[in-house]
Amino acid sequence: MARLTVDTAKVERCRALAAGIARDVQSTIDAHTTVGLERTVARAYGVEGADGDGTPLSNALIDRLHKQDFIGFGVAYFLGRALARGAQSIQEAAEQLAFGAAIVAPSDRDDVTAIRAALTGPTEAALARIDDAKKERSAMRSRLGTGPLPLKYVIVATGNIHDDATQAKAAAFAGADIVAVIRATAQSLLDYVPEGPTTEGFGGTFATQENFKIIRRALDEISTGLGRYVQQTNYSSGLCMSEIAWMAAVERLDMLLNDAMYGILFRDINMVRTFVDQYFSRRIIARSGIIINTGEDNYLTTADAVERAHTVLASQFINEAFAIRAGLPVELMGLGHAYEIDPWIEDSFLLEVAQAQLIRQVFDRHPIKWMPPTKFKTGDIFHSHVHDAMFNLAGVMTGQSIELLGMFSEAIHTPLLMDRYLSLKAAKYIFNTARHFADEFEWKPDGKIALRAKEILDNAETLLLEVDKQSIWTSIANGVFADVKRTRTGGKGYAGVVKREPSYTNPILDVLEAAE
Amino acid sequence: MSEKNLLRAYGDREGDGMVQLSFTLAILPSDRAREAAKRFAEAHGLKNPLVVAMEQASPEHSYFVVYGHSTHSVDLDAIHVEELGAQALGRDEIEALGKKLGRKIVVVGACTGSDAHTVGIDAILNYKGFRGEKGLESYKAFDAHNLGAQVENTELAQRARALGADAILVSQIITQRDCHKENGRALVELLEKQGWRDRVLLLFGGPRIDNKLARSIGFDAGFGTGTTPTEVAAYIVQQVSERETSRQAPKM
Repeated sequence: MARLTVDTAKVERCRALAAGIARDVQSTIDAHTTVGLERTVARAYGVEGADGDGTPLSNALIDRLHKQDFIGFGVAYFLGRALARGAQSIQEAAEQLAFGAAIVAPSDRDDVTAIRAALTGPTEAALARIDDAKKERSAMRSRLGTGPLPLKYVIVATGNIHDDATQAKAAAFAGADIVAVIRATAQSLLDYVPEGPTTEGFGGTFATQENFKIIRRALDEISTGLGRYVQQTNYSSGLCMSEIAWMAAVERLDMLLNDAMYGILFRDINMVRTFVDQYFSRRIIARSGIIINTGEDNYLTTADAVERAHTVLASQFINEAFAIRAGLPVELMGLGHAYEIDPWIEDSFLLEVAQAQLIRQVFDRHPIKWMPPTKFKTGDIFHSHVHDAMFNLAGVMTGQSIELLGMFSEAIHTPLLMDRYLSLKAAKYIFNTARHFADEFEWKPDGKIALRAKEILDNAETLLLEVDKQSIWTSIANGVFADVKRTRTGGKGYAGVVKREPSYTNPILDVLEAAE
Repeated sequence: MSEKNLLRAYGDREGDGMVQLSFTLAILPSDRAREAAKRFAEAHGLKNPLVVAMEQASPEHSYFVVYGHSTHSVDLDAIHVEELGAQALGRDEIEALGKKLGRKIVVVGACTGSDAHTVGIDAILNYKGFRGEKGLESYKAFDAHNLGAQVENTELAQRARALGADAILVSQIITQRDCHKENGRALVELLEKQGWRDRVLLLFGGPRIDNKLARSIGFDAGFGTGTTPTEVAAYIVQQVSERETSRQAPKM
């Protein structure tokens, strides 16, 4: 494939800067826990079910602990202590803590060794659930095989999980390699994960463990029928980032939308909350072998795609640095970007190709995820189809790994069955017709594309230098990314952030961190 | 006379009524499926429909493209559209009207309810704007506040009141099961209950929204796809100026 001349020393400087930025945040991460993180630990230990109003037991348990100001010890501390004192099971311990007499405050008399010992078995069982699901996924993937790159990724978003399953199978039949079930718009700000199958949702379908199962079953069925493994995606983002990562890990999902900063910028979720949650979610994701999709494409829907292109690259370096800190190998880092430049600008295609090629080369082993045009889409579906075709051509020319396919009805509605069919047909045609195109030419060294790529890298380095100097906290407060400004103690979910006590207990995190 | 105002679809020749139609049916491709597609098109008023594409689109569905001559026409004289009641103005004219008003017009906007898509409200309010036109934030005439996404009606009302809003902009992208109408109506009812509905200009915007729909649920105006910040600015500045004049008139 044709390669641009990229200043590798500059790339390494960007990486080092990003590593420093992430390191600065890690001390805050390591000093805190959140209600979301603790609910994840509870679920991992097997705390399941919900009451008649739909409140999950994990929420009832963690809320109780939070009310008594005990979250800083970690839920594992209390579950372990109850087991050490004779509780028959985690579930019994959880119900007792959630609904029984007031929880006794931790004290120096608590036998920490006994607490840890009581958790050894449950911790092993929790990790075995992830490992077993991973094994099953790998076996299925290697038995059936996956399609050639770029992988064709489509979304379904009916609001009803059963319709989603029908649409997912139709998409797989029409050639999709990856199916994402878009989440209901309100879910990112819910501080609990709903239970059971759901049939009502606006703009998408709720992410629940049962819904994950239903789609996995449908995709397994069609994958076996087609003799081609079809991957499943959902969203590990919002206030329940790490809980969803856990559910996805045990239900055998293949990919998760998961970004170190997306929640802060686009959902106004508190910074500390997001950084802590993304870290724990990525520890789980790393263990389970799920590919993350980061959300840099969103920067370009709010800020200008020509002027702010370098913010995408800078953010990718930062997302990569955070992912490395969470133990994620590069093969699981689906760094995101997008084709969002005003299509009526002269040579806009060249600008898009420059950025796509640069990102491909900078992150050469990463399963880069490319997002289609959305911002400049109109109701003219015929023109929109042409716009998507140019996106597809750029994608195959620059060797993108994962392409979320554009829909000609993007500006109108969530895709209909035929919209998706035609989008997949067009992508199949273009990927196939231009498969080895980029083996046939060299990029002009001083051409528009090479110069644009250089400009983006230069600007990304300048931005990273600035962020490094003033810290990520201040940078975000100043609106460096996506022109959005957030403060350290502002945003949603801050009340659920707690400082860890010296005796903070979380054996699952300990094992995940030790695995490196 | 009336013949002149009858509109028919125009394809290649006057009056041919040519249209295209595409759809999926839950049947696999076959001669029977082709006939089904043809009859489906005929049922929509297409004469001599030609099924030009029939492809399997899922394990159970086929995708069709049909061309045919539409037998229908539309009587233009029978159409009455709710006009906005505002002139199109340029940036300078808007600023001039604002200056005449002698104070900044306070505009508060949000995506309400569960809607998390700020692209519309951002395009109208934020400095950056849309299609090369800067948003209301960039005008001296306006004091614009973008509250962002997933704002509850009660919060929007409270903030708007505290800021002394002249106009409230509500953006709704998600329209599944008419949730946008419910959200909009609920805001109007809330302001009525609080007794200040008439003191504020209520604007509704989004890809599935037009002036008629907005008026039908109690808003003052609606703006659909492709609306530019300038159009909204022009409407607001004229309406607020008008209201100010009529409010002052009796005192003089």
